[in-house]
Amino acid sequence: MTKKIVIIDDEPLARSIVAEYLQTHPELELVAECNNGFEGVKAIMQHKPDLIFLDIQMPKINGFEMLEILDEKPPVIFTTAFDEFAIKAFEANAIDYLLKPFDKTRFDNALKKWKEQKTTEKEIAALIENTNKQPEEKNRIVVRNGSDIQIIPTSDIVYIEAYDDYVKIFTKDSYYLKKKTMSYYEETLDPAVFFRTHRSFIINLQQLTKIEPLEKNTFVVILKNGKKVPLSRTGYSKLKELLGI
Amino acid sequence: MNTGLSYSFSKILLGFFCCWLLASALQAHVLHQFGLTWEISIKDGLVSNGLLSLVGLLTLNIYRFYQPGKSNRIYRFALGLAIAVFYIFILKYLLIYVIPNNADYLLFLQKSIYLRFIFAFLLIGFITLANWIQNNSNEQKEKEKKQADVEALLREAELSKLRQQLQPHFLFNSLNSINALIGTKPYEARQMVQQLSDFLRGTLKKDEQKVVPLKEEFEQLKLYLEIEKVRFGHRLKVEMNITEQSQSFLIPPLLLQPIVENAIKFGLYDTIGEIMITVISKTEPGYLIVEVQNPYDGSTQSANKGTGFGLSSIKRRLYLLYARNDLMTTHKTETVFTTTLKIPQSA
Repeated sequence: MTKKIVIIDDEPLARSIVAEYLQTHPELELVAECNNGFEGVKAIMQHKPDLIFLDIQMPKINGFEMLEILDEKPPVIFTTAFDEFAIKAFEANAIDYLLKPFDKTRFDNALKKWKEQKTTEKEIAALIENTNKQPEEKNRIVVRNGSDIQIIPTSDIVYIEAYDDYVKIFTKDSYYLKKKTMSYYEETLDPAVFFRTHRSFIINLQQLTKIEPLEKNTFVVILKNGKKVPLSRTGYSKLKELLGI
Repeated sequence: MNTGLSYSFSKILLGFFCCWLLASALQAHVLHQFGLTWEISIKDGLVSNGLLSLVGLLTLNIYRFYQPGKSNRIYRFALGLAIAVFYIFILKYLLIYVIPNNADYLLFLQKSIYLRFIFAFLLIGFITLANWIQNNSNEQKEKEKKQADVEALLREAELSKLRQQLQPHFLFNSLNSINALIGTKPYEARQMVQQLSDFLRGTLKKDEQKVVPLKEEFEQLKLYLEIEKVRFGHRLKVEMNITEQSQSFLIPPLLLQPIVENAIKFGLYDTIGEIMITVISKTEPGYLIVEVQNPYDGSTQSANKGTGFGLSSIKRRLYLLYARNDLMTTHKTETVFTTTLKIPQSA
């Protein structure tokens, strides 16, 4: 049975070399070549490939962000030119990667490894979780709704609320669901801008207008859009310290 | 008294020897006036001044190998006092040994011992003081020189680091493109190898020069752009708008390329479609102005996002070269990001 392959890279020549090397493997069928992560998401959802070759640095959303928003993550071989941090992460998580430029032998070895032991979704999820964010990722969150992909600048976030296994990310006009934990965002968002008021809430401090007592010993913060967000007792003392009041 | 550390030791010795003879003669003469015989006077003069010379040498040598801290004046004072006491102690026994069994002389010695002590202490104090002053000024000079050296070195290192920030990403991706071309379009592969080599040679060669004509910088830039065009295919378009006059104006080498690099990166990774990079050069009295524009998507960028590493290092380099912070400015609209460079032209 033939296996389906998708190549995702923003450089045409970088895709063509992978396609060329694939020609000696008739059991592998190249079903799509994608210019960027958006096309990549579509192609993966459409073809459900058995393997993808994925570049990291790409327009708008990088390879990690593309994988992150996929519900079903396909086995992947990363292709990258130079990326110290990513390479460390690949090695730590036993993920296959090819360093550009690579020759046919290396390419075939990677394929051989993939045939013997496919990277599991779990490993890929762990990789994304553990990888240090690429610098460009620190200022944005990528979300997907069906095949519609949105990039939210972190400065647009008003607050984040826990929602079962998901979080709801609220902007001025809308909200987005993302399968992540509150503690993940507490750790990755800029602590000078975002503050966890409560087990289930993180707010953008620039949206904060006032702190009001609710009952004895309980408080709420009121945001610019009028939203009241609960403030836990420890949150209250930490917030007071942070704001210097 | 000879205290210079810079003088050779033999010269110091000779100086001491002369001073010793002179001082001994003088002292013998004075002692003779007090009614001592010539023999005793000369013996006393030679012994006490000889010992004093030795003690002076000892003091100098102590300071030669050991310098108490600058603030440690009390220590220097105590050391001087100790040496003076030591001198008197030795002198007394030495004189009694050289001039034995003479009650008159012994009485005279006892009477004059305080005077001798004060004289020795003053002399040692003088050596200490002179040594301290010279040492201080030496130290100061050395410190200043070291400071200047360190600054020059740092500047040089920083400049060359900023200049030579060869982008490994660019290099490896270019090699990857060449690798792809070898199979399908070997002629273009060769062409790209040539361009890449010329480009790399250019980045290495320009290292020593301080400024180059804009024309030369543009040649280097064109090489870079040709390579990027091969990598990104039809996505990348470049427009150059250069006034004839500005071509001969001077610019630090490899200053423009990282700005264009930044513009391409920004443009290519911030938008999906085709991008247009525009380079404009013009002149103002005393300045060369270069503008680089790239498309930009204001809606997906955080408002607080900085200018990125590429540009901050340019700013730093301009500061190191011209000691000014206002030579590079950036301006952004919803769709266009502009970087403007102002290069002072020395008359």
